[in-house]
Amino acid sequence: MSGDAAGADTVWSDAIKAAHVLALDPHGIGGIWVRCRRGGAVEQWLAYMQQCLKADVPYVRIPLNADDGRLLGGLDLASTLGAGTPIVERGLLAEAHGGIALLPNAECVRPGTLYALAAALDNGALAIERDGMSVRIESRIGVVALDEGGELAAPALRERLALQLDLTAVRAQNACAMPVDRTSLERARAALASVDVPAEAIEAICSACVALGIGSMRASLFAIKVARASAALAGRETIENEDLAFAVRLVLAPRATQIPAEQPAEQPDEEEEAPPPTEPPGNESADTTNKNEIDPQHLDDLLVAAAAAALPQSILDALRSGSQANRRKGAFGRSGTKQKSQIHGRRLGARRGDPRRGSPLDLIATLRAAAPWQTLRRREARTLRSTQVQDGMTHGMHIRAMDFRVRQFKNKRETSTIFVVDASGSAALHRLAEAKGAIELLLADCYSRRDHVALVSFRGKSANVLLPPTRSLARVKRQVTALPGGGGTPLAAAADCAVALADAESRKGRTPSVVFLTDGKANIDRKGAATRDGAMVDALSAGRAMRLSKCPAIVIDTSPRPSVQSGQFAAEMGAKYVLLPYAGAHALSDAVKKIK
Amino acid sequence: MRYAFPFTAIVAQDEMKLALLIAAIDPSVGGVLVLGDRGTGKSTAVRALAALLPHMAVIEGCRFNGDPRTGCSAGSHCSACSSDKAGGVRHEPVPVVDLPLGATEDRVVGALNLEKALLSGLKEFEPGLLARAHRGFLYIDEVNLLEDHLVDLLLDVSASGENVVERDGLSVRHAARFVLVGSGNPEEGELRPQLLDRFGLSLDIETPQDIKTRVEIVKRRDAFDRDPAGFVAAWSAAEAETRQQLVDARARLSGVASPDHALERAAQICMEAGADGLRGELTLVRAARALAALEGDSAVSDQHLRHVAPLVLRHRLRRDPLDETGETARVDRAIREVFGSSGERHVI
Repeated sequence: MSGDAAGADTVWSDAIKAAHVLALDPHGIGGIWVRCRRGGAVEQWLAYMQQCLKADVPYVRIPLNADDGRLLGGLDLASTLGAGTPIVERGLLAEAHGGIALLPNAECVRPGTLYALAAALDNGALAIERDGMSVRIESRIGVVALDEGGELAAPALRERLALQLDLTAVRAQNACAMPVDRTSLERARAALASVDVPAEAIEAICSACVALGIGSMRASLFAIKVARASAALAGRETIENEDLAFAVRLVLAPRATQIPAEQPAEQPDEEEEAPPPTEPPGNESADTTNKNEIDPQHLDDLLVAAAAAALPQSILDALRSGSQANRRKGAFGRSGTKQKSQIHGRRLGARRGDPRRGSPLDLIATLRAAAPWQTLRRREARTLRSTQVQDGMTHGMHIRAMDFRVRQFKNKRETSTIFVVDASGSAALHRLAEAKGAIELLLADCYSRRDHVALVSFRGKSANVLLPPTRSLARVKRQVTALPGGGGTPLAAAADCAVALADAESRKGRTPSVVFLTDGKANIDRKGAATRDGAMVDALSAGRAMRLSKCPAIVIDTSPRPSVQSGQFAAEMGAKYVLLPYAGAHALSDAVKKIK
Repeated sequence: MRYAFPFTAIVAQDEMKLALLIAAIDPSVGGVLVLGDRGTGKSTAVRALAALLPHMAVIEGCRFNGDPRTGCSAGSHCSACSSDKAGGVRHEPVPVVDLPLGATEDRVVGALNLEKALLSGLKEFEPGLLARAHRGFLYIDEVNLLEDHLVDLLLDVSASGENVVERDGLSVRHAARFVLVGSGNPEEGELRPQLLDRFGLSLDIETPQDIKTRVEIVKRRDAFDRDPAGFVAAWSAAEAETRQQLVDARARLSGVASPDHALERAAQICMEAGADGLRGELTLVRAARALAALEGDSAVSDQHLRHVAPLVLRHRLRRDPLDETGETARVDRAIREVFGSSGERHVI
């Protein structure tokens, strides 16, 4: 317990320092990505961070539903039409220039917003090409992205934010922020440019990146910048171990894709294992004397050890089990597919709407909607003429925002196929290899349909999503080939898992279908206990849940003779039942095609 | 004043630099597809190359990037060029246009100018991203996540060099010659093979795993971030040299001969590698010719073909979606078959 509390304290002191680093140079380090719980310590952190900023630095909140007009600026269509002259509104990103853009709920942000943020972070400016304007606006922003849910923000955004912080473990009452020491912040800001970066420090950061399997060069650059800011905050003239350790904890460790344990540990000294405790920034440590004693090799090991210690448990688990959670398909593409229905597909007709929310304007329908009002509006304009002389007001069409009609489209939904593979001992004994072959066959079909494919395997006590829905069939095949067998048959858990996944897929706008490959001999119930009868009861109830979810399913029986259980399971789900031995390549793929 | 990172200061990534140079010398080679992780310098390289190129002359006020020597291609649809006071010339940096992932078709190809149509009843064409990218670069990050119909459209335009718009009662065609650079991570979704084939060159890129190289990258980028003006000034000599090389290569390009035996070799390589269609051969010869022009040679030789073959063919091999055998290995094997195993691939 006390260990947890101590861990949370370290996180909080890191968070305080991260706020200082961010305040020094928001655009230089891109910003910070914070995972947090609603009502947790994040409110205190945000308040503290805001205090750290200089008084004249903008702090702009970007709402989830901000459209391109609000974000980038452009013509204010409604007032433009009302006034008869172009009225330009200033975008949020231009307002945030030189300061901070706060992005709450970063995990469900629109792709358009993500793109604009990424462009602003990369170039410090945005080129705007809309509504007949062609301008370039300065937008040197730092982004504070908050993830309050379980899902992660798009990788393209996370990649561009130097600092990554996990505040989920910090409770609000433990997050006591001391008053901001503005004078030392000012001093650090002035000193930032002159902080010396020794070559050994760059080398150490780079080798830590290699050891942690971090491909992106942005990570190394960010780590150097953060270390420099950390040194400036501590009043040092050169980067020291402590600064590097801080950078490793907040920049490199969260990006790790492999555990650095395979590095040969040349110096197994226990004292090096723990990262040096972070000192409060105001407290200057006066050990500038030993700066020439940095031993590169020693430093490398130190950093790698620090990174390993700072790896969050969840990442460690994910890395150990081999599933690369951090390689998931990003929200970028996913939400892009959702948007599809707005812009193409079969035309359904027109309805009232704002043409700048993504749906194209239906000009003819708009004119038609405006036509009946023309006499009235012209009369209205004539009475206005005495006070406001505008050319466009008395002749030509009078079109108001209420006339806008946008096109609607119906789009064929994308499909996804979820494979649920029985890798238990009984199945492995019989024909796991054949099941794998069958999957490969079906994958070729999925390829021609451009399906998304997910892979769930169940054995022992539970079912695991080996691969979240992806279009990369090479990855699916790799996973299937490497699928180990053995253990009990938790069929109920597998069906539950498939229902959850299918549900998630349909919420993303895809049409899921599930393919079970099992012999149906369930022997592990939902609680994980090995009881054959209980297991079967649970499996059948899970099957009913599957039927209720209305997701089409197929059961491919992998046992050598038709098994009663798998037949029952299929019937309970309302699924089609195919026996593997009799299902040739074509029969199999036909069967799967028919359930669509 | 904003500075772009100097092209010559980019560490390693020689293959990407070569591919971009070839595409800049002869845009008819087709686009460049760069596959690989984030943070490997793809976008930096494209911007750097655009900044390296000499400024281009543009008709004053023309929104189609019209060349004063040949005139604006949009004709009466360009308000600046159709008016009487046209004739001014301004010099502009070569454009690099980013295509946002959520871009709609009308923003890409251009559409009716709504404001003008509604306020004054004028039917005017509002040029899209393609017009803005004319004579420059069009950069698409995560091209594999872009909707297929958009990729299709882009490849069409980049191959024909012309954007034809028939929509909203408008009928416009204007020149849109640009170098298409697409990037993406194949782990996040694949590009349809039909589209793959239409990129001229492709390469896989990864972060150097060598620590010395990485240190050098970080040092240079950090130096650039701290003092862009000073850094750019320090590299200006090298930049000027490469710029001259490029300008010379462009001038030389039309004079580079492609003798029959070189064409024969190109066909042999394509057949041996199992690349379908004739596009591969055409591109191979074009790319080799651009390389010859870059190196100051007067004719395409085996060396040139050999050097560009992996870039041209890697993504054109007939392939099983489930087969993971490295395409590079297959191209290398074909090259060895044709040329014999003697001789290393030379490096410029």
